[in-house]
Amino acid sequence: MTFSAPLEKRFARMLQSYPQKRSALVPMLMYAQDEVGSLTDEVIAEIADRLGVTVLQVNEVIGYYSMMHKKPLGQYHVQVYTNISCMLRGGFKVWDHARKTLGIGHKQVDADGRFSLEEVECIGSCCWAPAMQVNYDYHHNVTPESFDRVINELKKGGGQ
Amino acid sequence: MPELVKFKLNDKELTAEKGTLLIEAARQNGVEIPAFCYYPGLSLQAACRMCLVDIEKRPKLATACTEPVMEGMVVWSDNEKIHTARKTTLEFLLTNHPLDCPVCDKGGECELQDMVFRYGAGGSRFVEEKLHVPEQKWSPVVYYDAPRCILCYRCIRICNEGMGVGALGLNYRGVNSEIVPNKGDHLECEECGMCIDICPVGALTSGAYRYQTRPWEMTYVATPCAHCGDGCKVTLSVRNNQIMRGNNRDASGLNGEFLCIKGRYGYDFTHSAERITKPRVRKNDELVECTWTEAIAAAAAGLKAAKTHGVIGSTHTTNEENFFLQKFARQGLKTPHIDHRRSADFPALMDALAGRPATPSALATSRDVLEAPAVLLIGNNPTDQHPMLAWNIRTAVRLRKQHLYIVNRASIPLVAQAEAAKIAKAGEEIEELERFRDALAKEKDVVIIFGSEVKGADITKLVAFGDTLPGHTRYIALADNANSRGAVDMGVLPDLGPGYQPAAQAGMALDEMLAGNLEAFLIVGANPARRYLIQAGKAFVVVQDMFLTETAQIADVLLPSAGPYEKGGTVTNTYGEVQRQKLGLLVNGAKTDLEILSLIARAMGFDLGAANAATQSNEVFEEIRRSVKGYNIAAAALWTGSAVPAVTLNGAVPHRDRPDLIASSNDTLFTSGTLGRYCSALSAVAEAKERKNPEGIGK
Repeated sequence: MTFSAPLEKRFARMLQSYPQKRSALVPMLMYAQDEVGSLTDEVIAEIADRLGVTVLQVNEVIGYYSMMHKKPLGQYHVQVYTNISCMLRGGFKVWDHARKTLGIGHKQVDADGRFSLEEVECIGSCCWAPAMQVNYDYHHNVTPESFDRVINELKKGGGQ
Repeated sequence: MPELVKFKLNDKELTAEKGTLLIEAARQNGVEIPAFCYYPGLSLQAACRMCLVDIEKRPKLATACTEPVMEGMVVWSDNEKIHTARKTTLEFLLTNHPLDCPVCDKGGECELQDMVFRYGAGGSRFVEEKLHVPEQKWSPVVYYDAPRCILCYRCIRICNEGMGVGALGLNYRGVNSEIVPNKGDHLECEECGMCIDICPVGALTSGAYRYQTRPWEMTYVATPCAHCGDGCKVTLSVRNNQIMRGNNRDASGLNGEFLCIKGRYGYDFTHSAERITKPRVRKNDELVECTWTEAIAAAAAGLKAAKTHGVIGSTHTTNEENFFLQKFARQGLKTPHIDHRRSADFPALMDALAGRPATPSALATSRDVLEAPAVLLIGNNPTDQHPMLAWNIRTAVRLRKQHLYIVNRASIPLVAQAEAAKIAKAGEEIEELERFRDALAKEKDVVIIFGSEVKGADITKLVAFGDTLPGHTRYIALADNANSRGAVDMGVLPDLGPGYQPAAQAGMALDEMLAGNLEAFLIVGANPARRYLIQAGKAFVVVQDMFLTETAQIADVLLPSAGPYEKGGTVTNTYGEVQRQKLGLLVNGAKTDLEILSLIARAMGFDLGAANAATQSNEVFEEIRRSVKGYNIAAAALWTGSAVPAVTLNGAVPHRDRPDLIASSNDTLFTSGTLGRYCSALSAVAEAKERKNPEGIGK
C-alpha cells in the first residue's frame, strides 16, 4: 500500500534518519495512524515490510503503547487524565462528567463516530492539573464547565 | 592466556576472566546467584530482577547478569539487603501466579518453585483476587497458560535467536503482559518445542505431555533420536513401559539443549496402533499370524530352498544389526548381493581423502561445525533435513561470528545467516565454488558440508578445491537417517565390506537386485517397495519391520521387529560420531532385528556367533571394535554416554560409483521417511501440510 505523497516523502526521510531502520517504527506508526485513522492489518504489514521487522514485532509495539489503536477512534479522541496529580485536583469529577456528557465509556466511540473517550494516566501537565487532551491539543485546569465549552466548540466544528 | 581480574564476592578474594558476567563469575566460584531470565548463550534481558547484587559504592542494587566483573570490584550477593530484594521480587512474581503446583506439569522441576523454596517469603501479603486468563492452545504441541508466565523472555529469545524463527512476542504491558504467538491465536513455526523446554515455569506446556504424569514418576533414558542423521540425544521419560515425553533439559548430548519436533515428539511411532507384534506367514496368498517358532522355521526353510539371495539393510537399525546382517549375507547365505538405500556418497568421500592422517582429521564432527571459523554448505536444506546442523550454524554465526557460504539450487532458510549465497544450476555446484575462492582463501579453516547433490566424481573435485584452501579443510557428507552412516561403515554395500574394505566378491546394487531374478530376499527395516516394483510371488521374501509397510505387505514371512527405543546397540550419525543406543522400554511381541537374525541363522545352521539374546549386541560390538577399521573406539567413553568419532579414513576405497543411487528422501521437519508416517504428532501440526523442501534439493 502507499500513503499520501507528503507522508511518503516524510517516511523516505525518516528511513535515512536512524542508524537502524527499525528505529523509525514508533513515529511511522503514529503518522500512519493519523492519516489512515487506525492501524489496520494492512498498515501493520506494510510498515513491518518497510522496516524489515516481523508483523509480530510491530504488534508488540502497538500493544505496548496506549496511544496506538487498531480500531478507528472518533473524529475527536478525548483523553481524560486521572493519575495522582489530576485525581487530587478533581480528575475523576471530569472523567465522570465526560462519560455522562458524551454518553460513552472508556475506549468507546459514539454512534456517529464523532467522539471517542479514554481514561489515561499522565501527560506531565501536573502543574495545571487536571488535564485533558483532544487529539493533539492539551487543555489544562479542566472543570466540568470548561469541558463542556471545549466539547461544544468541537461540535461547532472547531479544533484540529 | 585470558586476562584475569581480582574481585571480592561476599568478602572472599576471587578471580575470573576479564569481561565475564558477574553471575557467571560467581557460579564459576561456587556461589549461586539466582536468575530466571539469564540464559547462557542468549542475549541479556535483565527482566526478572532475581540476580540483584550489592556492589560497593553503588547506591542501588545491580543485576549480576549484565555486570561484567572488573578489577577490584567488591560485591555482596548474600546480605540482608539482597535477601529482602529477592523475597520482594518473588512476592511480585507470585501476585498473579496461580498456586496450581499440584497439577501443573512443571511441579517438581519448576525453577519458580525452587526459587521460592530457597529465597522466598514464607507467607503472602497478597489478598486481592488473582488476574486469570484462560489457557490457549497455540498448536497441537504447544499450549500457553498466561497466568503462570513470569515474563522472563526466554521463549522469545530462543525462538528469535536460537531458532531464527521469531514466532513469539510480548504484547500489552504491566500486569496484562502476555506472550503472544505470531498468528494471533496460533503459531506458525517449526514446532520444535524449544520454548517449552526453556520455560522456567509451567506457562508453556507440551501438547503430548501435559497433565499426563509427574516428573518423579518416570525413569529417564538418554538415547540417540530415531530420525535424521544428526544423532541428537533425546531423553525419553518413561513410565509403565510408555514414553511420556522426549526432551533434553540436561543438555548432555552433542545437541546441547537443542531438539526439533522429531526428537521431541516423534517417539510416538513406538506406541502406534499400527505396530505389528505377531509374526505372520503367507498362507493361500494371505499373511496369517503365527508363532515365532513357526515363522522362523518358515523363513529359514524358504531362504534355504532358494539358490540366490538378495539382502537389503536399513538406515535405522544399529551398527551391530547391520554388521551382523552383512555377515549373515556374506558368510551365512554366501551371497554378495547386499545393499541399502543410500543418501550420501561416503565411499567416494573416504576415497578422495585417502592417505590423510587420522589427526588432525579431514572429517569434521558436529562440534567442529560449532567451532569452525567458516562453513561452506553445498546443497541440502539443513533447517528441515538436519535441524541440529542448522542450529549449530546459527549458534556459531551468532556467538562466534562464523562465516557461512552457501551454494544451493534454491534459496534455503539458512541464507539469512550467510555471509554469501549463490544459486547454482543442478550439477554445477562445484563450478560455482570458484566464485567463493577469494573469500574462502581468507578464512582460517573451512568446514565443507555437502548434501546428496554432491556425489561420485564431484566429491573428488570438491576435495581438490578444498585442498587449494590455505587452512585445514574438513568435510561432512549429509545422509538422511539415524544410522545411514553406520550402514555404510558396517559394509551393507555390494562392493564394500565393513570399514570401507573391498568385498571379497562384488554383488548387485539395490536396483539390480530388485530388477533381477533372485529367488529370495531378506529385507530388514527397509521399504524398497515404496520406490521399486517388487513382484510378489516371484521371489521368497522375508521382511523384518515394525509396521505393515508396502514391502511388508508382499512378504512371505513377516517378523515384527523392535524399534530403536527398544534396544541397545550403537549408531553412527552422519558426522561419524558413534553413540550408544539405550534400551528405553519393551514392546510386547517384537524382537530386535539382531535377535531375529540370530534365530534365523541358528535355524539355518549358520555359525555366526552372537547366540545369547541378552548379551548379543555387546558381543557384536566387541567384534566390530576388533575387526572394523576405524571402529576401535574408546568403549568407556561410549558407555558413559559420549559421542565418539569413528576413524574411517583408512586409505583408498576401491568402490563402484553409482551416483544415480544416491538421493535424499528430502524429509521436512514433519516427515521422516516411512517411519514418519507412523508419528501422529508430526502430521498433527498444521505446518506439516504446507512444508516442502525447495525444488531440486537432494537429488
